[in-house]
Amino acid sequence: MWEYTDKVQQHFMDPHNVGELKNPSGTGDVGSLSCGDALKLTIKVDDSGIITDAKFKTFGCASAIASSSVLTEIIKGMSIDEAAKLTNEDIAEALGGLPKEKMHCSVMGREALEAAIADFRGVILPMAEGEVVCECFGVTDLEIIRAIKESDLRSVEEITNFTKAGGGCGKCEDRLREILQQTVEGITADKVKPKKGQRMTTLQKIKKIEDVLEREVKPTLRKDGGDIELVDVDGDFVTVSLRGACSGCQSSRTTLKEYVEKKLREQVVDTLIVEEDK
Amino acid sequence: MNCGSDKVIYMDNNATTRIAPEVVDAMMPFLTDCYGNPSSMHTFGGQVGKSVEKARIKIADLIGADPSEIVFTSCGTESDSTAILSALQTFPEQRHLVTTRVEHPAVKSLCDSLTQLTGHKHRTTRLMVDSDGMLDMNSYREALSEDTAIISIMWANNETGVIFPVEEMAAMAKERDILFHTDAVQAVGKIPINMKKNQIDFLSISGHKLHAPKGVGVLYVRKGTPFVPFLNGGHQEHGRRGGTENVASIIGLGRACELAAATMEEENTRVKALRDRLEQGLLASIPKSMLNGHPTERLPNTTNISFEFVEGEAILLHMNRYNICASSGSACTSGSLEPSHVMRAMGVPFTAAHGSIRFSLSVYNTEKEVDYVLEKMPAIIADLRAMSPFWKDEE
Repeated sequence: MWEYTDKVQQHFMDPHNVGELKNPSGTGDVGSLSCGDALKLTIKVDDSGIITDAKFKTFGCASAIASSSVLTEIIKGMSIDEAAKLTNEDIAEALGGLPKEKMHCSVMGREALEAAIADFRGVILPMAEGEVVCECFGVTDLEIIRAIKESDLRSVEEITNFTKAGGGCGKCEDRLREILQQTVEGITADKVKPKKGQRMTTLQKIKKIEDVLEREVKPTLRKDGGDIELVDVDGDFVTVSLRGACSGCQSSRTTLKEYVEKKLREQVVDTLIVEEDK
Repeated sequence: MNCGSDKVIYMDNNATTRIAPEVVDAMMPFLTDCYGNPSSMHTFGGQVGKSVEKARIKIADLIGADPSEIVFTSCGTESDSTAILSALQTFPEQRHLVTTRVEHPAVKSLCDSLTQLTGHKHRTTRLMVDSDGMLDMNSYREALSEDTAIISIMWANNETGVIFPVEEMAAMAKERDILFHTDAVQAVGKIPINMKKNQIDFLSISGHKLHAPKGVGVLYVRKGTPFVPFLNGGHQEHGRRGGTENVASIIGLGRACELAAATMEEENTRVKALRDRLEQGLLASIPKSMLNGHPTERLPNTTNISFEFVEGEAILLHMNRYNICASSGSACTSGSLEPSHVMRAMGVPFTAAHGSIRFSLSVYNTEKEVDYVLEKMPAIIADLRAMSPFWKDEE
């Protein structure tokens, strides 16, 4: 059973603005039956660019219906320029939040709105272009990149929650990981490794540890006149020796545990234990 | 906590069942005074052990087994894992399994993760089903090979209630000397089963599917079948399953099996008639609705109906408002994004798979309840369809 807010339940049980406007100024049609949810949004825009009316028809679960309903409430009375700035987070917030697995419902609302505005303006949405990454749900790389940026996504699972990409056969998972990596600066390949913990060979582990030390740890320590060398890796135990200003430094243990171990755990294996060679 | 059980119309008995009041009565002494350990030397514990053995006989009687063939477990999933992993350990050189595309996750997920569990690569043949959810016996025959360690095929499907000819399949397996396991958690207690008249080697039972409590299961192991325990520990269950017995629940399951034997006929007459009344009523009063699963080769209590162009979760939540409990094979109810693997394997079109609702009845359901559901459903579906962009009124 999903934890739906009162607001979601209200909008689901008693949705507002159900239907289809006659002679709409713009129509947004997104989703499909095969995807499990779809939304047709029609809007009426007056001469001064204000959305005077909006109606929806939705096929989908409670959160899809509630997202559509609350969307029509939000945009009524808004100028088309204001409405164009609406994000899926705005929709989710208006509902008092959505379960994370259901965030894609709010994204569908935003997409329908965008499509309706584009239709009103007579332009073609750039989202229709781009390369289809998830074939099950027809999600393009441009849509995924946008969701990562807008909603600050940090894992493949989150991408699936927001865009549905990867939620079908799962074949595009590697590609999603790649897009995530390219999109988010500072996220290394290691942080987004597959959920099912890959077992590394000792050799691979050593290589990774050396890499992290070389790339991130050493430059930082060197700034303070210190340095670090890898001595041994035995299972989860990583032995290092601290050099330069670090050796004999009072706070070397803190550096080791709070900084070096943390870095290695983040990027190599989260069970590593770093000890100083004495 | 008052969870309003007196108000609900419970038609989700394939998910779990109400514990029969008679079962609760039978269990109470073992939750209070009779707390001894069945393995103890003293009379205080020993008498509990005797009660466990009496329960074992009752369970064996329901399925025509010998009490020595009954091994208590914690749930249906444990029984499934025990049987399959036992066979793989017995025949470590045989790396092939035969199962179906519509198994419960207890078997499906296990087969998916065998490599991690055994350290070997295994080949799994997952038999297709047709649009009625039935298996093709020729494909089954062709799937069996020298390399097959075990076959695991459910007796009845949890989503559609479709019954597979497991006895016939087990006989074919026997000719090839291949072990046969069946997940019978949905079948036991609902249809007659007699292990003396078939050649099935392992059979899984789950207590809470037949009015016993959650947390107790049984693995039937035919006499003479090679067996490797799943849980190693004490000498309980003659060394076949370590761990102190879940005494109260075992006693409860014994009583539940006794009751099931007594209500078997009612299940297949009165409950079946209620199910048919519900099914025919819904199909007649709601346009664009269809039955999923074979019309006759089916459990007497289950019906799975698709309402096209609407989504299952939305239907369930509206039913919930009237305190009607059922399940759906839609994507949204499961947290995954695709409709149930059973609906997909049967090739149910997406327009219908997302809107499939399973009603599963029990002896506790009444005609009044069925009529209430029949009264409420058409408006629920019509309201949601009025909201659906795919629904055209003229249809």
